[in-house]
Amino acid sequence: MVGLNTMTSDNHCLAELKGATKRFGAVVALDGLDLDVRQGELLALLGPNGAGKTTAISLMLGLLQPEQGTARLFGQAPLRVEPRRRIGVMMQEVNPAADLRVREQIDLVASYYPNPARTDVVMEMAHITPLARRFYGKLSNGQKRQVQFAMAVCGRPKLLFLDEPTVGMDVQARETMWATLRQLIDDGSSIVLTTHYLEEAEALADRVVVLAKGRVLAAGTVPEMRALVVRTRIRCVSTLAVEQIREWPGVGSVTREGARLDITATNAEAVVRQLLGCDEDLQELDVRRAGLAEAFTELTQEGTK
Amino acid sequence: MTPSLEMPAAPMSTGRLLHAYWTEAKYECIRMLRSPAFAGPFLGLPVLLYLLFGVVLYGDVSRKDPNVALFMFLGFTVFGVLGPGMFGFGISVATEREKGLFALKRALPMPPGASLLAKLAMSMLFVAIIVATMMAAEPLGHLKLAGGKLAALAVVCVLGSAPFAAMGLFVGTWASAKAAPALVNLLYLPMIYLSGFLIPMPKSMEWIERWSPAFHLHQLALDAIGVKVSPNAGWNPWVHVAVLAYITVVLTWLAVRRLARVG
Repeated sequence: MVGLNTMTSDNHCLAELKGATKRFGAVVALDGLDLDVRQGELLALLGPNGAGKTTAISLMLGLLQPEQGTARLFGQAPLRVEPRRRIGVMMQEVNPAADLRVREQIDLVASYYPNPARTDVVMEMAHITPLARRFYGKLSNGQKRQVQFAMAVCGRPKLLFLDEPTVGMDVQARETMWATLRQLIDDGSSIVLTTHYLEEAEALADRVVVLAKGRVLAAGTVPEMRALVVRTRIRCVSTLAVEQIREWPGVGSVTREGARLDITATNAEAVVRQLLGCDEDLQELDVRRAGLAEAFTELTQEGTK
Repeated sequence: MTPSLEMPAAPMSTGRLLHAYWTEAKYECIRMLRSPAFAGPFLGLPVLLYLLFGVVLYGDVSRKDPNVALFMFLGFTVFGVLGPGMFGFGISVATEREKGLFALKRALPMPPGASLLAKLAMSMLFVAIIVATMMAAEPLGHLKLAGGKLAALAVVCVLGSAPFAAMGLFVGTWASAKAAPALVNLLYLPMIYLSGFLIPMPKSMEWIERWSPAFHLHQLALDAIGVKVSPNAGWNPWVHVAVLAYITVVLTWLAVRRLARVG
């Protein structure tokens, strides 16, 4: 684990996994995972498919039990109903009853909470007021996700678990949801979010945890994650041999696609100087700092090697 | 680690808790009534079959022999009790499990058992409606049962639907949504024909019916009316109650355990 900060005190930990291990048959979904969710933060869980993001959330929700280690929700066992009265949940691959109207769905979930928001207010917030009388089964996928989001927030939860919340949404709906999530954080909620969209993590997350093969590969803020992979991306058209460049100091990976070379380097200036020195015909030089996408790809590739 | 102590605990008032159970049951009933393909046959079939066989086809026999009239009436009433619980639970639990709805409700703070109690309330409501339609049709079948006896029969039928709901639940927690209807039928159809409540069993095969929950419900229904016509009659009614309660408790326990572990 390429761990970064561990500075916050445990007092602000809302949900946590300690040394959690979970197997599905021969597949190790979580491998001694430590994870905590702190007061007032938006934590983004990133990772390739099968990294263990959904399993980690399922353990914190009490849907699955760890084989080793512990899961706690507000300091209690997640199977108890009391801590779950302070959370909201939006899961993948869940189909609420198709034959209930949107308003009825929210009404039903709100009844589980001690002090829910008014259904009208929730629908306004999730921008689904026009859908109130529509049957859930008749909605588009994006609209269904919006309704599920409303179901997740209607109980005024302290902690929200959102598993791939914006999948299937159009750009506008996604940005509206981002704004709503920021508002929720400003109002003092905490959010755990799994996502495939890196820009979603970049736009929203206070802290990013990258998972691969059920372990934490890296954790930190978005800038910290970028810094962690201080690599720069160099692209150019050149006839130099991939094997030759790979020998140079500071070079991470080199790939060739036709005439084009794609190099990641920790020491960009020196590599560029050497490139220009060795190949006078070098063209279309492009040097860029790695974004979270590159950092993420790099980390998960290393993690799954 | 003392995170939870810092924030105000979220107590759920008894009123809110009851409201949650009520809301769950309300929407369960609404959903079922919105599926006419489910509600229609179960609500209508018993009384329609009774009118066909007990009134139109064999009305003359019923008029001459009150035992036949009673047998027909009770037979189709018991028949009506089996369906809603077995199919309602069996199919809806299997489907909702497959759709992830049970998982979502487990993650959400749904009060314990609210979903299953809601389905039980739904199937009991259906049984109550079925029994009411049967009682409305009863005078056409040349019967004149006293109000007290009918009330006792209604109580037996509504409470007696619990073991069949438990059977449906048990199937629903193990079967896939596709397999559930077939598996429920595998229990339902033999029970209809081999329990002696619609078709009297030959003497040599009477031992079979004692293994059927529907037989015990039929005996209790006969007791409620105060008539002993069945060849197996004469048992203490509490034996039947104990058998039905045992089936309900064991199957529910197995099903709930599986739902909590596997979902």
